[in-house]
Amino acid sequence: MLRAHGLACDRGDRRLFSAVDLCVSPGEWLQVEGANGAGKTSLLRILAGLAPAADGLIEWEGRPVAEVRDDYHARLLYLGHAPAIKEDLSALENLQTAAAVAGRPLDEGTAMAALRRIGLKGREDLPARVLSQGQKRRVALARLLCSQARLWILDEPFVALDVAAVAQLCSILDDHLSRGGMLIFTSHQAVQLAGTGASLRLGTPAAPREATA
Amino acid sequence: MSQRLINWFKFASPASFYPLAGTLWPWFAGLASVLCAVGLWISFFVAPTDFQQGEGYRIIFIHVPASWMSMFIYCVMAFWAAIGITFNTRLSGMMSSALAPTGALFAFLSLWTGALWGKPMWGAWWVWDARLTSELILFFLYIGYIALTSAIDDPRRADKAGAIVALVGVINVPIIYFSVKWWNTLHQGASVSMTKAPTMATTMLWGMLIMALAFWMYSIAIALYRVRAIILERERHATWVAELPEMQR
Amino acid sequence: MNAFLAIVRRDLLLAARRKSEVFTALFFFMIVVSLFPLGIGPESATLRRIAPGVLWVAALLAAMLSLNRLFAADHQDGTLEQMSLSPTPLALLVSGKVLAHWLTAGLPLVLLAPVLGLQFDLSPRSLGVLMISLLLGTPVLSLVGAIGAALTLGVRGGGVLLSLLVLPLYIPALIFGAGAVEADLAGLGAGGHLSLLGALLALGVFFAPWAATAALRIALE
Repeated sequence: MLRAHGLACDRGDRRLFSAVDLCVSPGEWLQVEGANGAGKTSLLRILAGLAPAADGLIEWEGRPVAEVRDDYHARLLYLGHAPAIKEDLSALENLQTAAAVAGRPLDEGTAMAALRRIGLKGREDLPARVLSQGQKRRVALARLLCSQARLWILDEPFVALDVAAVAQLCSILDDHLSRGGMLIFTSHQAVQLAGTGASLRLGTPAAPREATA
Repeated sequence: MSQRLINWFKFASPASFYPLAGTLWPWFAGLASVLCAVGLWISFFVAPTDFQQGEGYRIIFIHVPASWMSMFIYCVMAFWAAIGITFNTRLSGMMSSALAPTGALFAFLSLWTGALWGKPMWGAWWVWDARLTSELILFFLYIGYIALTSAIDDPRRADKAGAIVALVGVINVPIIYFSVKWWNTLHQGASVSMTKAPTMATTMLWGMLIMALAFWMYSIAIALYRVRAIILERERHATWVAELPEMQR
Repeated sequence: MNAFLAIVRRDLLLAARRKSEVFTALFFFMIVVSLFPLGIGPESATLRRIAPGVLWVAALLAAMLSLNRLFAADHQDGTLEQMSLSPTPLALLVSGKVLAHWLTAGLPLVLLAPVLGLQFDLSPRSLGVLMISLLLGTPVLSLVGAIGAALTLGVRGGGVLLSLLVLPLYIPALIFGAGAVEADLAGLGAGGHLSLLGALLALGVFFAPWAATAALRIALE
């Protein structure tokens, strides 16, 4: 279970959000919503432990994340804005390297199967450079198929996907939830997923005290 | 013990350090001027003329304390960097960046006066003496620190990156000094070494010590003054800054 | 350990697919070294005297050329985030990247240096010492350079800043590396210099990945 109390985040001189509380239990999902610049990505990065919160506490299974960092990261899968795809590597190499870095090396067969399931059949050995935006996202999403992580934190997973891919991603997410996984994601569109879900709306940011980019 | 710790951390907050620095810096500045006057008087009028080096040697009253100070300030910066990384206090980064220009100034002063001293002593503005070379590299290290911290927009990130530079630098300073010394003995180009300064008269030593003390006071005063400016700049949106009497005007 | 190998493998693959970058640095090394005789004159006694310094300074500059890219691409495409979330310690993964950098940017210099040393009329013995000194010294350059590359990640004017930060720290490696060859030329025996270079390398392996990791975490925040 992931629980956070009173999270706050500063960007430069202004406070993006404050007093954010959230709780995600096994089988539950949480959609983070908000206008551009409300701090959705910042919140996900804080939850993933990539950036420190200006205030507040994050707990994983009842213990502060700072104390159980390694265990937390072993059970976490984070897909950020940038899909972490190397243009010069093939889809297969990208997937295998990403999995190895995440501590779960994949053999070629499993990786190929995942790529085929995500709709990249016949493109496994092409360099990512020649794939379209949506196809690159799929390479990144193929990691979900091979993941054993309990908690998925996905930043805009539906961006650049066509209708069929959105439906497929939804079913992958449903599977994850039905296995007792947890999911936190951001999206501008309304998404219907299985299991209990909630949405967290990050308030309109306070007017900046000073013009910042 | 714990009482003392609490006291220390009280002043680690910029809000409480700002007025403290404000009351302290004029005292240090005053001490610096007095000591500097006494030191210069001793070095120019009291200290005897050196029978080997004539009047030209008197530049060491500036040169040697400036070199000491430039090295010492780098260590102090590294100390604040270590504190900043361990305790994550905001003030330590501010102290480091307040000290850096002073340290660079002293390093530069030491190089400049070293060149001025070198001309009459060795007949050349610059000799690749181990100490001069190390001082030059120390100057580069200061410049690197200042360049990096001023290139990063977010002050918190700048502080942390600067802290790493300072710590990496302080580990390297002895290595660099040692390697340059080794290089110097191997090449034997500059056989005249500053270490072989003739035994010093007591008055010379006093002059040098008083000048060193004056530079200390100056460094403390200017660092406190600068850190006040940095605090104001970074905390300009904090309520305590708005309530300062100097902000009411 | 798996993740470490995966990183090394990946970076080598990437370098293999972008060969031009490796070769640019190598040709840079060659050109810089060849410029000196043109500037100084072809007298072989002079050339022999300046050879260690010239070869080492050129190697140092060539190794620095590719530092900019050490973390920049990973930072941009999000790979660095994934690396910092890996259950494998980030410092180990950073070491993997440094190793790959050395294999693609340092080792070729070591292999090319004796050929260029011939231009300077160095004896086979001195060429051997030159190779050993570069073999011990170029990893130090990659290690120390990684700290600088991590610190200047995403910073305005990062390239110039990087050289400003890193070059002073390269001085000990330069002194001992070039010194080893010089000592050999003077018939003094290069053992002392080489062992000091080895000590620098040990120190670098121990400290640099840690410092680079701390710097990367700052850049990621």
